[in-house]
Amino acid sequence: MQQAINGIFLGSIYALFAVGYTLVFGVLDILNLAHQAVFMLCAFAALTLVGQWGMHIALALPLAAALGGILGLVLERIAFRPLRGRSDSNISGLISSLAAATIFEAIALQLFGPDVSRFPFGSFPDRPLHLGHATVSALQLTIVAISVALMAILTALLRATPLGRRIRAVAENPRAARILGVDVDRIIAWSFFISSALGGAAGVLFGLAFNSVSPDVGRSIELKGLAVIILGGMGSVTGAVIAGFAIGILEVFTVARIGSSYRDAVSFAVLFLILLVRPRGLLGQAATREA
Amino acid sequence: MPDFLLAYQSLFAFIGINGLLALSVYCTLCCGQLSLANAGFMAIGAYAGAILTQNFHAPFGLAILAGTILPAVFAVPLGLPVLRLRGVFLAIATIGFGEVVRLAFVNWDYTNGALGLVAIPQKTGLWTIWLALAFALYVLGRIRGSRPGYALEAIREDEPAARTMGIATTRYKVSMFALGAALAGLAGVLEAHLTFMVAPNGYGFSRAVDMLVYAVVGGTTAFYGPVIGAAFLTLLPELLRGGGQALGLAPGPLRLFLNGAILLAVILFVPNGLASLPAAMQIFRPRRPPRSAALR
Amino acid sequence: MPLSVEKVERAFGGVRALDGVTFTVGEGEVHGLIGPNGAGKTTLLNVVSGLLRPSGGTIRLGEHRIDGRPAHQIAARGIARTFQNIRLFAGLSAAGNVIVGEHLVRKAPLWRRMLLLPAARAEEKAALDAALLVLARVGLRERAFDTASALSYGEQRRVEIARALARSPRVLLLDEPTAGMNAAEVAAVEKLIREVAAEGRSVLLVEHNVRLVMEVSDRITVLNFGKVIADGEPEEVARDPAVIAAYLGADT
Repeated sequence: MQQAINGIFLGSIYALFAVGYTLVFGVLDILNLAHQAVFMLCAFAALTLVGQWGMHIALALPLAAALGGILGLVLERIAFRPLRGRSDSNISGLISSLAAATIFEAIALQLFGPDVSRFPFGSFPDRPLHLGHATVSALQLTIVAISVALMAILTALLRATPLGRRIRAVAENPRAARILGVDVDRIIAWSFFISSALGGAAGVLFGLAFNSVSPDVGRSIELKGLAVIILGGMGSVTGAVIAGFAIGILEVFTVARIGSSYRDAVSFAVLFLILLVRPRGLLGQAATREA
Repeated sequence: MPDFLLAYQSLFAFIGINGLLALSVYCTLCCGQLSLANAGFMAIGAYAGAILTQNFHAPFGLAILAGTILPAVFAVPLGLPVLRLRGVFLAIATIGFGEVVRLAFVNWDYTNGALGLVAIPQKTGLWTIWLALAFALYVLGRIRGSRPGYALEAIREDEPAARTMGIATTRYKVSMFALGAALAGLAGVLEAHLTFMVAPNGYGFSRAVDMLVYAVVGGTTAFYGPVIGAAFLTLLPELLRGGGQALGLAPGPLRLFLNGAILLAVILFVPNGLASLPAAMQIFRPRRPPRSAALR
Repeated sequence: MPLSVEKVERAFGGVRALDGVTFTVGEGEVHGLIGPNGAGKTTLLNVVSGLLRPSGGTIRLGEHRIDGRPAHQIAARGIARTFQNIRLFAGLSAAGNVIVGEHLVRKAPLWRRMLLLPAARAEEKAALDAALLVLARVGLRERAFDTASALSYGEQRRVEIARALARSPRVLLLDEPTAGMNAAEVAAVEKLIREVAAEGRSVLLVEHNVRLVMEVSDRITVLNFGKVIADGEPEEVARDPAVIAAYLGADT
């Protein structure tokens, strides 16, 4: 039971991170490898706001997420939009996002150094609570609650609002959407904003959860994120949510049963298995093989 | 002149090694595949060679041979299923492979896990590296314009169309994947015996990205492009190091920033890489239209 | 060796793009394949050339079954094709494209080239000369070294034909080879098709230029909604009421 709770906790962060990843892929058909760098920078941003400026975490989180959204807009404008017309835009977009990620990492390394930074003690009340035999901290519960809330808001947005409908239209068929009068450029910008804001929020929550932020924090979650979106299916938000929790729970149980050195092996095993057996993932629709 | 060479010996050595790494990435790029697996192959080659010289006192030549061939052997069973995947998925699978290799070495006690091996005998000379690089350039240069070279070009441009011309595309892609693995392994062995050490974290995702950056910045339309990229991106941080320190910039982040910024600039403005600049600049000098070589 | 297509089926999800298509193309025969847009003509060519697998039916070249085999193996059996939306290798020259087309008929072991042997040089020259010859056949010898993307639409189509002819295929699949060509070019292609057939090759010609198809074909198969609605000599097919209805009824 305790493991299940830990798994849900971990999974909620993975899911929140992956949801942004898959949103952009669904809309633009490009893997944004800078997503993890935004994740990392926002974690640092929250750290700075709380640690150096003494801001309360409840305010720092949305601010950092907003910063993430802005970074997403910048990314879209500079690294992705100019490549839009090109024939190899998937690959060149990937490379472009890698370049952006590298730049972000360099900035983080320069500003914060390579070592681990922590939130100051007492940034967040950390009362342990008991659910049956299991112990969970108030922090963990809050993090899960926030993640789930954000994902629920996103799903509602995509299903029920005009913006969400337009995003789905562009994801389905950009040319048709354009003909129907949708401002595709703006929708793509919005998608990046939302995706990166969620990714940034995930970063802050991750930083709080493990109380450890360093410039290579993005790398470690990037692989997990890739495994999640592959399992869930590229472009499917629901898939990402399900897969995120699944991998989180799987990872926790593997560590408990087999050993902590195999924690990352879970993600890779899932990744390769899915790619070899059913590249579409659970709910994905993208064509995965060469014609 | 010899003084100059001595003073900058290590710089030239690393340009050579990075050139080899860039060429290893070129092997897959030239048939249209984006693979980030070569850091993993480099690790396999480096460790294989290091274990042979350190633990078994094998001659350096044998270590080089092993470090080159072993990764290629691994590449074939990995490549066969994975090269069928579309661009993005292939990239992801190769990223995964790289991480698997790194983690495997981190968890392998025989090689001291995360600490890696140290005090590897230093056997790599500057000439060894540049000879290896020259050999790699020769091989890749000869492939260009040959029957397989045309096939690779066709695969890169339009794989299904190439298949309708009888080109067994999977076989070619796997072969180039294996060749890339061999070159990465070769670079790994040479580097291990140059820097005395191997450690898993030196062969992670950032290494794989570095190699890709060299190849893309240099350009993959010409087979020597990647080496130009490697040279440029190895030299630049060194040249700017003094200025960077004056501005308070640490060398690590500076190099990383330069890599990222230059890659971004190249992919946006000079997508065919630096090696394509001379041809592009001819636009400004009106003369009769350049006669394409029979190949292009 | 005749190309025989028997009851070939191909579905995409619920849509039957090909439904029991049957016809034969003999040696030296020019066989037209016509039908309104969306009738399944290109799908059929994709299935025959191996880019798509059929969901049912068989395709034979002589006695060898080729349905469902990988495209490069089908090509090795002697089938070559052009594409409806022109798929030249844009970065290569016209000659370069044709040289790729020669892939299966070249004997050029890599080690000879590695060792800089004169035999390698000689073979490469021979390959280039052969490519130039084929380009001359389609009237593009002077443009041989121009980059493919710099050629006009009609010229690109002719290079595609040259590329397909480069390895002397037994069966030539042409997918709308004259689209976008002027009258002189069309006449030249018509002449070329007759020559190719006279050499004993089978030609399966998908075309919207109905006049051309009527003139040059020995037999014609008409598709509509994936089914064969007529099959016979040009005059019969032209008089067939089902064919007339299909063309008049469809928004071509």
